[in-house]
Amino acid sequence: MPLNLADAIPETSSPEREFLWTLNFGPQHPATHTTLRLILTLDGEVVVHAIPDIGFLHSGFEKLGEHLDFNQYVTIVDRMNYISPVSNEISWHHAVEKLLDIDLTPRCKYIRTIFAELMRIHDHLVCCGAAALDLGAFTAFLYAFNLREKINDISEVASGQRFHPSYTRVGGLLCDVDDVWITKVRAFIKLFYAAYADLMKLLQRNRIFVDRTRGVGVLTKEEAINRSATGPIARASGVTRDLRKDQPYLAYKDFDFKVVCSTEGDCYARFLVRMEEMVQSIKIITQAIENIPSGPINIDVNSKFVVPNQMSVYRSIEGLIQHFELHMTNRQWETPKEEIYAATESPNGELGFYIVSDGSGVAYRARTRPPSFVHFSLFPHLIVGHQISDIPAVLGSINIIAAELDR
Amino acid sequence: MALEFLKDNFVVTKLDYLASWCRKYSLFPMPFATACCGIELMATGASKHDISRFGAEAFRFSPRQCDLMIVAGRVVMKMVPVMQRIWQQMPEPKWCISMGACASSGGVFDTYAVVQGIDRFIPVDIYVPGCPPRPEQLLQGIIDLQEKIANTGTIFGTEFGKRNVYEGPRPLSKFLSPDQSVQAPANFRSSTRTI
Amino acid sequence: MSFADIKEKLTAKFEKLNLEYSSFRDNDRVIVPPSDLFEILSFLKTTFCFDMLIDLSAADYLHLQGATHRYGVWYALLNVENGERLIVKTHLDDPDPRLPSMYDLWKGADWMEREVYDMYGIEFDGHPDLRRILLPDEFVAFPLRKDYPLRGMGERHNFQSVIRSEA
Ligand code: SF4
Repeated sequence: MPLNLADAIPETSSPEREFLWTLNFGPQHPATHTTLRLILTLDGEVVVHAIPDIGFLHSGFEKLGEHLDFNQYVTIVDRMNYISPVSNEISWHHAVEKLLDIDLTPRCKYIRTIFAELMRIHDHLVCCGAAALDLGAFTAFLYAFNLREKINDISEVASGQRFHPSYTRVGGLLCDVDDVWITKVRAFIKLFYAAYADLMKLLQRNRIFVDRTRGVGVLTKEEAINRSATGPIARASGVTRDLRKDQPYLAYKDFDFKVVCSTEGDCYARFLVRMEEMVQSIKIITQAIENIPSGPINIDVNSKFVVPNQMSVYRSIEGLIQHFELHMTNRQWETPKEEIYAATESPNGELGFYIVSDGSGVAYRARTRPPSFVHFSLFPHLIVGHQISDIPAVLGSINIIAAELDR
Repeated sequence: MALEFLKDNFVVTKLDYLASWCRKYSLFPMPFATACCGIELMATGASKHDISRFGAEAFRFSPRQCDLMIVAGRVVMKMVPVMQRIWQQMPEPKWCISMGACASSGGVFDTYAVVQGIDRFIPVDIYVPGCPPRPEQLLQGIIDLQEKIANTGTIFGTEFGKRNVYEGPRPLSKFLSPDQSVQAPANFRSSTRTI
Repeated sequence: MSFADIKEKLTAKFEKLNLEYSSFRDNDRVIVPPSDLFEILSFLKTTFCFDMLIDLSAADYLHLQGATHRYGVWYALLNVENGERLIVKTHLDDPDPRLPSMYDLWKGADWMEREVYDMYGIEFDGHPDLRRILLPDEFVAFPLRKDYPLRGMGERHNFQSVIRSEA
């Protein structure tokens, strides 16, 4: 059993393997976007063996989850996949709400759905833009980031923070959205198609981009299943699983959308799947924004799960008591002493939370099932046999987010 | 007269001032982007906020070509030796911006792995607060740094030589009782070579 | 194939083991002894076609009231054809916690098992490359165990500082 990294690197000094050489890639390298390290064994320019070394951003998210209560932990979860923050919040509170058996109000469901889809677009824009940047297409990156700013504006209007909104709460949302928000989303929908067309025009038939991504990093369907790939990566390889259809959570039942799949399984297919998913997401948003039901965003305060709003804390004794109950560290939520696994379809794949509850309002164990972590374990398998210049293409196409990778 | 002709083409200034003036408008940032703040750093470089208005748009990924290190995001145990090494590889004169709550103080991550502020390990010039700082805030940080360079810069970099003591906060391990702390082997040779 | 079917077939196949079944919300769980874990999981994989390992992780039940074992390890399985899910759980105890590796059944178990080893010190027999994955190789503790403090043992500040005049 190799105990440290040095033991895992293949030997290159023996005479029959002396044509191989070892290259260290990262941890601070532009193509890795954030922080990961690869130790490559090369034959000329061809990768024959790759050892990923991760953990350069391991910051103890799961340990923090055992010390913060259900509403506090949302700020931490936010920072996990930082290019689709609200998706993580939704996923976390989805698990908590399943544990507490809460059924959300229709308005809350719709707003959360819109946010989840906006975040999907956000993620795919950053992913495709940055992947293009690594392959030399700087303009596409600027177009993608320009559109992304609009999504940040939307979350800023809703919650006050443009990047890490911490917008969901147990049983509801931080605050209601207003007309400005709805106008902004509508404007975004209008803007999206034009910007999307630009982005598509820049990349889809761009000779260099296509040459560098087509046929690179092929993942077959069997491999994808055996190696636990989910989300756009699995769908690009022909695994037609999408939690939004399989176990419709939030309001996905009400909308008409399609699951985007491909069969090629290469980097180009993954790019196309992402681009098409954005169109499906905007379709969902278009349907949702015009049909947001009225009513409260939080479930009934008497259920003892939601933090009452300021008005009822100041003006009614029930609200005051409820507020006190949820904020005293020795009271908080009463949870069943159980364990639950619940997952949602985050932009990157299946993002699940496994909560072990000891009856209090703080999770005894908050395990995250991070899609990036699982997908990065595919990487050594995908890159072997390709050239060293294909590394940015493959890394960009599997969309590794270091904070989610290392937690 | 020749002197007459040259009259408008002379500027009399201090050499220090001139050097600082050149330096402050041509910063070459090294984006040491580890986490979420890195995305905001990218957004600062992108079209809406456009860092090039302040002469700092030429991001270089090789430390040898940079003179401004922007540490964007939390730095954890495994990353500290890497960060120090990159800092040491940068040629003088150089400055460091600590962007975001995590880099400046550990932020929300007060856990076993995250160092509580990079200023414990490398010297920092400007702290940018926020989680993440808005791009405007980072731009303000760069403007502040420019001001700092203008006010203190010298052509031979003597102001750096004067900073010969540890500038960070008091070490946190002092606050731990001896039975709570253990000396872990700090020679993390698999992460990087020791400095 | 519903949970009842799985229950029936599993009980028929492994009569001697008295497996425990439970359901909570939409989670269906089987609790199995660690000694027969590999057999049961390969039976589940071949018979019920649970061909994807969605999640593998562990928890430390040191301070949980009423817990009888120290560690629990769960395997969340998914049948890709019909979307059915099942959670298989097993319990372990302290001196030398070890389990058979599932790398032969699902390649996806590779990194997940390494992570469990890294965080809890549970070893997986037969894993091809069981090293620490997230923490440095020289780290000695297992941080997600309940007896390890949130703020660590001082490891995070165990580095030299660089003084400005030196570099
Ligand atoms: S300060 Fe906030 S945004 Fe920046 S790295 Fe830390 S958690 Fe992320």
